[in-house]
Amino acid sequence: MATFTLPKNSTVGQGKVFKAPAGATNVKAFKIYRWDPDTGENPRMDTYEVDMDKCGPMVLDALIKIKNEIDSTLTFRRSCREGICGSCSMNIDGLNTLACLKPIDEVKGEVRVNPLPHMPVVKDLVPDLSQVYAQYRSIEPWLKSETPPPPDEERRQSKDERAKVDGMWECILCFCCSTACPSYWWNGDRFLGPAVLLAAYRWIADSRDEATGQRLDNLEDPFRLYRCHTIMSCTRTCPKGLNPAAAIGKIKQLLVERHGA
Amino acid sequence: MTTQHDAREALMTGRRSDGTPVRRPLSPHLQVYDMMQMNSALSITHRITGAIWSAGTLLLVWWLVAAATGEESFARVQWFLGSFLGLLVLFGLTAVTWYHTLAGLRHLLWDWGFGFELPTMYATGRAVLIGTAVLTVLTWILALIFWG
Repeated sequence: MATFTLPKNSTVGQGKVFKAPAGATNVKAFKIYRWDPDTGENPRMDTYEVDMDKCGPMVLDALIKIKNEIDSTLTFRRSCREGICGSCSMNIDGLNTLACLKPIDEVKGEVRVNPLPHMPVVKDLVPDLSQVYAQYRSIEPWLKSETPPPPDEERRQSKDERAKVDGMWECILCFCCSTACPSYWWNGDRFLGPAVLLAAYRWIADSRDEATGQRLDNLEDPFRLYRCHTIMSCTRTCPKGLNPAAAIGKIKQLLVERHGA
Repeated sequence: MTTQHDAREALMTGRRSDGTPVRRPLSPHLQVYDMMQMNSALSITHRITGAIWSAGTLLLVWWLVAAATGEESFARVQWFLGSFLGLLVLFGLTAVTWYHTLAGLRHLLWDWGFGFELPTMYATGRAVLIGTAVLTVLTWILALIFWG
């Protein structure tokens, strides 16, 4: 069942304010979600005033600066800082994106930073991704084939066949899309969500894969696939410019075709 | 006692640094997400208009039942529908019906595999909004001309 409000232990209170250093003229405020398992207190929004004259252009630059220079207890995931690892996905200014790809000056006023929505929080901006990873495992995201590969050679694809997985292999599993999907918020225990369905279609569309029927069997389910109502929040928010909604539409079409027109 | 089992419940328990269990918070969703994106705003409107339209058909039922009951009760319905409030309700239902119909056609396009690209999605969304306004007004102009 959909619960539109937050549980009692999850409501967010006002936190501390870390003032900008004296003499800073170009100041931007970052309101950041904090929760520490050791205190047992409710989450709070801490405000950090950052001197933008001494800060890089992206939100991740500011987060690292805050952790290095203002408050070392701030916890978040990051690695590549160039949009290829998918670690720093979070909700910035109301939309999910990668902190490393989000320019600070795109945000008017204070920058609100929250963890990916409707997820269990491990600490601060770090959500527990076990559920999405388990769902990703469930679609068996690897090449399944009965035919043995040609001896001493790769499985060949034509250029056209290869082009069919474009727009899907680029997914970095940051889960911005799944956690932007209201349907996934309410039904994420059983609905696979856009990221995982995009991955499922990536293998269905692969000419070398021979398990299409089995994959479609697994997806033909009122919850796993059909909780998608084409809200399109996934496509709207994808920091890599991919289109999970279109991939899900293709899966639905394949299922209709399989039933015979 | 809750009987609903959500598989995600197991992930709501975390550990403190000393190893003792702690109840994790659920990160904010509707509270922080920008739901005024055109895509999600039109989507929830589609659902709401569907519900209102369904409820609105009760008016039709009332009207038919009254017509079958007798002159007096039929006159009462006619009086209500002709009143300012009645006309307002009917006008609202017209808009709701057109919106749900046009947005439904947009869903059909998606089911055919068209319109998933963001620029197309925005264009069809705008078309639904403009279409709703135009067709609602047109419906009433025609209604007033022919049944006024």
